[in-house]
Amino acid sequence: MKRPELVCPAGTPAALRTAVDAGADAVYCGFQNATNARNFPGLNFTPAEMEQGVAYAHARGAKVLLAVNSFPTAGRFDLWREAVDAGARFGVDALIVADIGVAAYAAEAHPDLRLHLSVQAAASSPEAIRYYVREFGVRRVVLPRILTVSEIKDVKKEIPCEIETFIFGNHGLMVEGRCSLTNYVTGLSTNMDGVCSPAAQVHYDKEADGSVATRLGDFTIDRFGAGEQAGYPTICKGRYHAAGREDAYYAFEEPISLNLATLLPQLMAAGVEAFKIEGRQRSRAYVRQVVGAFRGAVDQVLAGEDPELADLVALTEGQKQTQGAAGSKKWR
Amino acid sequence: MTGKLTLGPIVYHWEAEEKRDFYARIADEAPVDTVYVGEVICSKRTPFFDAHMPEVIERLERGGKQVVLASLSEVVIRRERNMMADFCAIDSHEIELNNTAGLFDIDGRAHRIGPLMNVYNERTLGWLAGKGASHVTLPVEVPRAVVGEMARAADALGVGCEVQVFGRASLAVSARCYHARAHKRTKDNCQFVCEKDPDGMPLSTVNGQSFLTVNGIQTLSHSYVDLSGEIDEMVNMGIGHFRIMPQQADMVAVAGIYADRIAGRRDGEETAARLAALKLAAPLSNGFWHGREGHRRFGPRAA
Repeated sequence: MKRPELVCPAGTPAALRTAVDAGADAVYCGFQNATNARNFPGLNFTPAEMEQGVAYAHARGAKVLLAVNSFPTAGRFDLWREAVDAGARFGVDALIVADIGVAAYAAEAHPDLRLHLSVQAAASSPEAIRYYVREFGVRRVVLPRILTVSEIKDVKKEIPCEIETFIFGNHGLMVEGRCSLTNYVTGLSTNMDGVCSPAAQVHYDKEADGSVATRLGDFTIDRFGAGEQAGYPTICKGRYHAAGREDAYYAFEEPISLNLATLLPQLMAAGVEAFKIEGRQRSRAYVRQVVGAFRGAVDQVLAGEDPELADLVALTEGQKQTQGAAGSKKWR
Repeated sequence: MTGKLTLGPIVYHWEAEEKRDFYARIADEAPVDTVYVGEVICSKRTPFFDAHMPEVIERLERGGKQVVLASLSEVVIRRERNMMADFCAIDSHEIELNNTAGLFDIDGRAHRIGPLMNVYNERTLGWLAGKGASHVTLPVEVPRAVVGEMARAADALGVGCEVQVFGRASLAVSARCYHARAHKRTKDNCQFVCEKDPDGMPLSTVNGQSFLTVNGIQTLSHSYVDLSGEIDEMVNMGIGHFRIMPQQADMVAVAGIYADRIAGRRDGEETAARLAALKLAAPLSNGFWHGREGHRRFGPRAA
């Protein structure tokens, strides 16, 4: 069995060091601007930090994958070009791209630099994946979180590049790179600005009865009883009313976390080359714990042992978790 | 050049009879230049209308409309992959692609790029034009400044450039069917419940505020986009094609209102009054154009 890469989130330089020390084979990160899809306040790297981060990772045998995976709008392309060039200059091991223009630029300007296709490109069929391989020489695709394990296995047979799948973390419901819900509500775009449910427009409105309404911009996303923990108002995890439903319900998905820990052996057998842990916005403690647990589990599977998955399951203790689409077609 | 009015594909699951009657009326009465026909949202819906397609196309063409065939937007399972490959082999009509799988299959032959593809900048457009794209409809969320830059880029490339000016904004697509979910079913056993909602299934907040619209795997805005007040500006930018999306409204009247606006026969104020007189099912919005919250409505002098 091939040794898969464990690809871990590095929202900050400190998280990068933590992930590398905890056994990450690769970390992914971005610059402090709209060029990456996690353009959140307090996250990401300055150019100097990126250069240092690459040195730290490389000295310990880990790779750095630079996410330049949002969609430049006309007239702003220079910012994305600078990010691509800086990544090449600092010696990152691959660029993660989604936009066709960015992919074309990177392939032309830096033909020796590996390109990974971001999940934001939503390449969900062998044809879509092969398009990016054919046109830009993409070496790895990050698969959308919509395929079952057996479908992943089938895709693998039909594409001439590596596969990276999400294995743990936040579980988005919409096709990545095709969601304008945040922009409809807040005026900031996921694709163009790298923003999803921005904290600056989040409100927790306490009502007279002690309940809390969570709001994004002008729209209430959910309401929680006096004793309940109020969740973060992400539009696709909210409760809404529809005709024919008595109560407000999770019209898209429950606030739930993706955890494919128990499918790890099957995914490795299917030939998945890399496993991605979501969470560039999460704390160092979280990164250490999750990366450490998955490092152990992957190594146990490689050694032919049954992985101890209890630790991984415990990571989402108290929170609901799902295998999402990977477990069953019924998810759809 | 006078701007062209186009009618986008019906994204909802209308009964086959209703679709046929709708297109017959469009063919005879609506002042649109181009009609996009085809199932964009759900591969399971296609068998219902396939048999009527040749007749509808012929009827529209007899009415003097150009017919462009629109592709699926989500291509995952074998059936959808085969559909896309077959679609890309069509040579009787222009085709509009809404998924990257089509870019692979089309392999350099002429095609249009639909609004569900991510074409946000001149380099992406330039690349696609070099591989056979002859026309692009911009994503519904792009603001004025980007529309202007893209119009200029499209003009330089000799590519047609189109903007949606009426109808609900497509905000997201998913692998999951939310219509089926609302009825406690899954996509595989949906029993086509989406047919009961020909203008989509409204979602409102826990406070009862109208918010979103579910259409199978697609999530749309509650509001109808209306850029009738911005058409002059777009014409000056070089936008040549203006798309209205079918809703449960008098679409012949809607087409007439926009056609008059594009031709300069009615000004913005008269146009707004005529749209208001239609008593549309949802409020109008133009926030995306202003680079603001998409659901909002700004007046002519708003920033």
